[in-house]
Amino acid sequence: MAQTEIKSYTMNFGPQHPAAHGVLRLVLELSGEVIERADPHIGLLHRGTEKLIEHKTYVQALPYFDRLDYACPMNQEHAYVLAVEKLLGIKVPPRGQYLRTLFNEITRLINHIMNTTSMALDVGAMTPLLYGFEEREHLLEFSERASGARMHAAWFRPGGVARDVPPDLLEDILKFCDSFPKYLDDVETLLDENRIFKQRTVDIGKVTVEQALDWGFTGPVLRGCGVPWDLRKSQPYDVYADMDFDIPTGSNGDCYDRYLVRMAEQRESLKIMRQCIEKMPDGPVKSEDHKVTPPSRKDMKHSMESLIHHFKLFTEGFKVPAGETYTAVEAATGEFGVYLVSDGSTRPYRCKIRSPGYAHLQGMDMLSRGHMLADITANIGSIDVVFGEIDR
Amino acid sequence: MTSEIEERIESLKELGARIEATLPTEVIRVEMALDELQVIAQRPSIAKVLTFLRDDSACQFKQLVDICGVDYPERGERFEVVYNLLSIYQNQRIRVKVSASEDTPVPSVTGLFNTANWFEREAWDMYGIFFSDHPDLRRILSDYGFEGHAQRKDFPLTGYKELRYDEELKRVVYEPVKLSQEFRSFDFPSPWEAMDQQIARVLPGDEKAEGNA
Repeated sequence: MAQTEIKSYTMNFGPQHPAAHGVLRLVLELSGEVIERADPHIGLLHRGTEKLIEHKTYVQALPYFDRLDYACPMNQEHAYVLAVEKLLGIKVPPRGQYLRTLFNEITRLINHIMNTTSMALDVGAMTPLLYGFEEREHLLEFSERASGARMHAAWFRPGGVARDVPPDLLEDILKFCDSFPKYLDDVETLLDENRIFKQRTVDIGKVTVEQALDWGFTGPVLRGCGVPWDLRKSQPYDVYADMDFDIPTGSNGDCYDRYLVRMAEQRESLKIMRQCIEKMPDGPVKSEDHKVTPPSRKDMKHSMESLIHHFKLFTEGFKVPAGETYTAVEAATGEFGVYLVSDGSTRPYRCKIRSPGYAHLQGMDMLSRGHMLADITANIGSIDVVFGEIDR
Repeated sequence: MTSEIEERIESLKELGARIEATLPTEVIRVEMALDELQVIAQRPSIAKVLTFLRDDSACQFKQLVDICGVDYPERGERFEVVYNLLSIYQNQRIRVKVSASEDTPVPSVTGLFNTANWFEREAWDMYGIFFSDHPDLRRILSDYGFEGHAQRKDFPLTGYKELRYDEELKRVVYEPVKLSQEFRSFDFPSPWEAMDQQIARVLPGDEKAEGNA
């Protein structure tokens, strides 16, 4: 009897593909147009961040965190400074904590705007991206006015933030909070009931709660399956415990629900931003312990001790007591954790970066199996991967 | 707020005691440090410890958040493999550690947690920690054909090979790393602290005065 040999077709998706959100090489095994296996090859953006951090002082290591997930830089700085503060055992003054919380949420908006609209672009809707980037630019401007940089802020520091915000910035952020819901409404009108958008996302990349936990999914991907798990609520850091906000959840765990969760989260972020600005106390923005935070320029000109502190901090850095901690924050993409080991010197002995995207991308094979080739882009968009944090 | 934190620490301590009582031979010791619970386990029984933590009704650590290696070259078994787990039901975290050397394999836990797959591949790639029974232990982050394990403490920061595009050959070529200036690590002993020890040794630069440089 004649036998037909069935050969599955292997295809390379990327490394350079506009819908890969970076440099992802995805080796796909196809049977016709149906995906049988997806094998992501990562590491094309590997820069040895963890190794470099071991060779830097604690403050010098901080800017690397902006360059991991460059779509939500300040969330990652936050995880790192919280870890260092835990090892040092120092307290951050209230205003510093409020500012950090405020900019955390701004960063979350920056990320969610980019993610939701570019995911819409990947499945064929171009308009939301154009609207979204306009709004995103306002937020990046806030970041620039506070830190001097649109994206790579390096503004959070162990002990607080680098400097206070300019006087009228908070007012402008409040104004933005008033105008932003209009944009959200527009995008929701464009996408929520859009036939094409729903055809491309509903029931695509479905995950159950068990699967999500097993594969280490966190953030909007986990909430999309209906688990109200948010570290800002369950393990609050800085001033999140005093904030009043809800955790949006989905029910089906598909791409569409993940999109809905992100849209709803943006409204929650606005709520938190408003509360932060209303409750923002006056006072110092960083710890007064000048063994850790640098003294002001003015003090340096008058006080010998400040001059010594400044010199010591920027040549040798500060010593961190030996110990280890795993500290995690709810970054825009999910649980971003830093496992920091100190040996008592001025440099981290080991700094493992646990990025949410790494676990999410690992689930690509499970998410995509049995789907059509075109659904790959929807899946990649909905798990919100950025290669800076995956490849490190 | 403070009572909440105290409660949380108290329940972690209880959990630690429970683990120690249930798994006396598998667990070497249980410790609390910086309000975090840490379990040092025997390498061969890591799967058993994690299964207990995952399935026991009082633990329910359903999520394996992270696995990573740490290198301590001065130790007999130089590597530590660190498992970070999270229970969203109990709102608790736990850290499990085992030690390993270059030629002692660690049992893979991919059968317990699917997410372990890539994290173990990364530990293999970066440290050369071998995981037995891993379904697909390939390198993950480093280049195709990379040699060595980049995050070991004895691996130089600059690496051994560099690559560039060769205009004549019309392809990328690999060459040994050439540094136009010696690699400098500014980790000098502090002249302010521990002056006595410094005088007992030799201050940097002293060799020049004696004409040895």
